[in-house]
Amino acid sequence: MKQIIDFKLVGKQDFGRSVLLQLHAECALPDMAPGQFVQVRVDGSPSTYLRRPISIHDVDFQNHEITLLVQQIGEGTRHLASAEIGDTINVVLPLGNGFSMPEKGEKCLLVGGGIGIAPLFYFAKMLVEKGIRPALLLGGKSKSDLIRLEDYQRFGESFVTTEDGTLGEKGFVTQHSVWQKQSFDKIYVCGPKPMMKAVAKLASEKKNWCEVSLENLMACGLGACLCCVEDTIDGNMCVCKEGPVFNTRRLKW
Amino acid sequence: MTIDLGRGLVLRNPVMTASGTFGYGEEYTDFVDLAQLGGIIVKGTTLHPREGNPYPRMAETPSGMLNCVGLQNKGVQYFIDTIYPRIKDFDTNVLLNLSGSTLEDYVKGAEMVDALDKIPAIELNVSCPNVKQGGMAFGVTTTGISQVVSEVRKVYHKHLMVKLSPNVTNIAEIALAAEAAGADSVSLINTLMGMAIDAEQRKPKLSVITGGLSGACVKPVALRMVWQVAKAVKIPVVGLGGISNATDAVEFMLAGASAIEIGTANFIDPAVSAKVVWGINEYCERHGFHKTMDLIGALEV
Repeated sequence: MKQIIDFKLVGKQDFGRSVLLQLHAECALPDMAPGQFVQVRVDGSPSTYLRRPISIHDVDFQNHEITLLVQQIGEGTRHLASAEIGDTINVVLPLGNGFSMPEKGEKCLLVGGGIGIAPLFYFAKMLVEKGIRPALLLGGKSKSDLIRLEDYQRFGESFVTTEDGTLGEKGFVTQHSVWQKQSFDKIYVCGPKPMMKAVAKLASEKKNWCEVSLENLMACGLGACLCCVEDTIDGNMCVCKEGPVFNTRRLKW
Repeated sequence: MTIDLGRGLVLRNPVMTASGTFGYGEEYTDFVDLAQLGGIIVKGTTLHPREGNPYPRMAETPSGMLNCVGLQNKGVQYFIDTIYPRIKDFDTNVLLNLSGSTLEDYVKGAEMVDALDKIPAIELNVSCPNVKQGGMAFGVTTTGISQVVSEVRKVYHKHLMVKLSPNVTNIAEIALAAEAAGADSVSLINTLMGMAIDAEQRKPKLSVITGGLSGACVKPVALRMVWQVAKAVKIPVVGLGGISNATDAVEFMLAGASAIEIGTANFIDPAVSAKVVWGINEYCERHGFHKTMDLIGALEV
């Protein structure tokens, strides 16, 4: 069930352009699946009217905590990133549909680009809890984009690319040598649209099953306003309600 | 708190949710007990299915947003077969917002909706700014509105509410034409035509360049128009446009609205509609109004 919860900011870690916000609720949290997202109200920013959709980076049900990894892109996210410990942050959650859980024994590759690595943390954690060790392929423009890399690496075999070559193999995630060396049953992707399209194309050439997480501009987050649509084989679908995770077979890419 | 809008449309309180901002009600049941609302007005529906406009369809603006969804919907028949059975037993008034691009489509759609027992009213959308001939062609002239309202009136026997466009020179004149053609009430305002540009890219932010502006920023314009229309017509006026809290709602009623609709504010606080019901009650108690309807037009000038 979706809820509106006033969280308190209890922890904050600065990564330059991105910030990790640790939010605590007084009440127990509703069930949340990896790949689902939240809508955060941005208070005190006159130019920010709508909530900001942010993926769920991590959940600690026992301590009633969620963690959001927020990249400062515009006025809204910049303001959100300036929140101080003790501030109240109003959140609607959980929204949308998460990644499909693989079967035991299936070989999974989680591909993240830039801030798109954010939801893969909670996903990888849940996979490990279910006894599935995923492989991770994380890419960024530069080394500094690969936030919490060591924490990600604990979940499974990890591969890295950077466009400037400051870490891992130089280039895009689609150019990494792992694609030649290994094969996977399921590929999960979150990142900028051109990157996801490139991975989806690669996966389709290899006849791989592939899911991507989209981030179209949205208003309501509930499937009411029909602003965030993506063109699919079933017509225009709301990314907020039918997604944000889609199997690439459904997309007209 | 009961409000009687006439021809069988009785609201338990003056608060409804605006078309296109509340889905079919189902999207909000986690946040709002629909039985607390006067009514919900479901997504704009046309006789034939429409895919709507391409993405991007939304741009945020100071205290508001632009949209150019373009009436994406699966058509009246799909509504009747698939959606109506799911929502007909909601313990609130379920109104259908009916749109069209030809007179024949409006009439055929209205005829089909007339047969639905649990839909007590149509909100006739003659004011969608996002579709070529999306009804706004009818809604911006007195002859256009007279024509569509009188034709629909012939086949529709329940409460006929006509949603007016603010993109006109004299909205009172349009409202009077709707009244004369047989409307039971008018609701206003639909969105204001607007535009947003990405200066860095030198491109429009919306796929079809222009869109409809809604949200808190349109409230003063909406309030003024509701006041003008309420002075001009005898039928009830339903006010909407940027209502975000109970005080806003009370202002619309003081200006002459018999009921109100909450639109874009549902996106920011999905529970806002029920809070507004509570807040209007609280206002009435505080100011000694025994009936909510005593607020209607109680502006002291």
